[in-house]
Amino acid sequence: MKLADRHRVAFGALARAPLRTAMLLLATAIGVAAVLVLTALGEAARLYIADEFQSLGTDLLVVMPGRTETSGGAGMMSGATPRDITLDDARALLRSSAIATIAPLVVGESSVSVGSLERDVTIMGTTASYATIRHWTMASGEFLPDVDMDRESPVCVVGSTIGSELFRGEPPVGRWLRVGDRRCRVAGVLARQGISVMVDVDTVVMIPVAMAQSLFNSAGLFRVLIQARGRDVMPAAKRFVFATFKQRHHGEEDVTVITQDAVLQTFDGILGALTLALAGIAAISLLVAGVLIMNVMLVAVSQRTEEIGLLKALGARRSQVLALFLTEALYLALLGALAGVLVGFAGVWLLGNLYPDFTFRPPVWAVLGAVLLSMGCGMLFGILPARRAARLDPVAALARR
Amino acid sequence: MIVKVWPTVSPQSRSSPTPDAAAILRLEQLTRIFAVGDQFVRALDGVDLGIGAGEYISLMGPSGSGKSTLLNILGLLDRPTSGEYWLAGEQTSTMNDDRLADTRQREIGFVFQFFHLIHRMTAVENVELPLMLAGVPQAERRARAMEVLRRMGLEARVDHRSNQLSGGERQRVAIARAVVMQPKILLADEPTGNLDSVSGGEVVKIVEALHDEGLTLVVVTHDQAIGSRAHRRLLMRDGKVVQDVSG
Repeated sequence: MKLADRHRVAFGALARAPLRTAMLLLATAIGVAAVLVLTALGEAARLYIADEFQSLGTDLLVVMPGRTETSGGAGMMSGATPRDITLDDARALLRSSAIATIAPLVVGESSVSVGSLERDVTIMGTTASYATIRHWTMASGEFLPDVDMDRESPVCVVGSTIGSELFRGEPPVGRWLRVGDRRCRVAGVLARQGISVMVDVDTVVMIPVAMAQSLFNSAGLFRVLIQARGRDVMPAAKRFVFATFKQRHHGEEDVTVITQDAVLQTFDGILGALTLALAGIAAISLLVAGVLIMNVMLVAVSQRTEEIGLLKALGARRSQVLALFLTEALYLALLGALAGVLVGFAGVWLLGNLYPDFTFRPPVWAVLGAVLLSMGCGMLFGILPARRAARLDPVAALARR
Repeated sequence: MIVKVWPTVSPQSRSSPTPDAAAILRLEQLTRIFAVGDQFVRALDGVDLGIGAGEYISLMGPSGSGKSTLLNILGLLDRPTSGEYWLAGEQTSTMNDDRLADTRQREIGFVFQFFHLIHRMTAVENVELPLMLAGVPQAERRARAMEVLRRMGLEARVDHRSNQLSGGERQRVAIARAVVMQPKILLADEPTGNLDSVSGGEVVKIVEALHDEGLTLVVVTHDQAIGSRAHRRLLMRDGKVVQDVSG
């Protein structure tokens, strides 16, 4: 039997049972579409995070207190805390020729108020260079003044939402704002930029780092952001950071330095695993579709017993009967997969329209994988019915026993 | 139409062909035992039989006498429990399943009581089926199928599906399918059993005309009138051939 004839006969058999065929196509299509949509969701999360960290710039180093190796279980259980990073530590980093600028950062929660309006917000204590490092722009006014980082200038910068909500639509620049038990004059309003590195910039209040330290009664810094003088000097800058802290912290390298690359790599790993897990969950529906194909094919074999007996009487070999039924299963899986790809991309397009901030794009491996897996399932679960058909005794089959 | 190709002849006027010296089918001590629950049923019980090329044989007997079992073994659809069966000089017990399928395809045509046409296919597609299984190219098999259907007087019905055909037409399509591979042997199991007398008569004329062209014909029937038309009449009872009458 020629290949083209086998396909013609298999296709004819499917076309003559349109409802059964449609149900099987639907089952497979749902499985494939689920893989595409779920992996697109995972990929959208990965791209979103990657985009967030890419905005930090490739020449950024972030220093945080404690070593990742020592800040785990044992230290926490024993109550041991890493040594604080102080403003002096941060200032010492500026001695390196590889480092262009630094921005110390203290983060906390506090209430802010203007007149009778009050709300709790995230307070970020830093210096003028923070806006440079993060490439932030101002909607109005200026960022924090470029003064010595020990100085508690009574100025602050507010996010756009805070600016519009607390000042009731009036220009905030030059107005006074109460932050905890202190007051500061608003120097500027940040341009609207939404969530950046998991912080809603529009709802923060930024104050000088020294003021934040006294507000939160903490000498330690949350982070130190370092801008190197270029990507090529990043290793030198990193070495200098460790050397400086070792020297200043009595021989202990008790800080962790992360780079954008490392952060991206970590998130890539986590979110890549998440996408894979989502794909795995969706793939289960493909297996279910495969089981469905098997069941319906078994029914089809039983319904077409007489036909199989006839084919054998006409000289069909076992292998030909097997191939015929496997071709049918393969057709179902392939057509179902193609329908699933169409439905999946339609779903992804819909998600993209509903959530335009995210880039929904199923990974190529997921599309290919879903199609191949559905075909594999079709073949795998088609084998049992096809073998049953091939092994039918022609006499019994013709007698429909 | 049929008359032109295969002139209708009465059993009396047809000359009885002389069987070839070497039998095309030869059975020796053939038995077939079926297990039914914990019982064993001896459907064939030591059958010895030789059938020459070009013979016209009727196989008669009461239900359960072993006629259909014998026909199935002759057609290589079933294997005997013991004994030997030679087909065209070849010992069939040594053939594997593929070889049996190939031999069936090449040498044997089947006509069944219930036609066994594939409903989703047209008449011509049904006739093409054996050619398709044999890998004959589409254009050639269509031409061959059309030619045989024309000989069956069905040229106007080639594109009809089986549910659009009468019983007689369905059986003629089934006969066309059985002979399109030009087999040496035609095995017919109650070919008129599901037809009215007129359609049955037409079918008998067709298979007899095919026999006149040299086909070896074995017909299983309950119908005494049809069975008596054969040149050699075998009577079966309890799995044995109890009567073998020629002439």
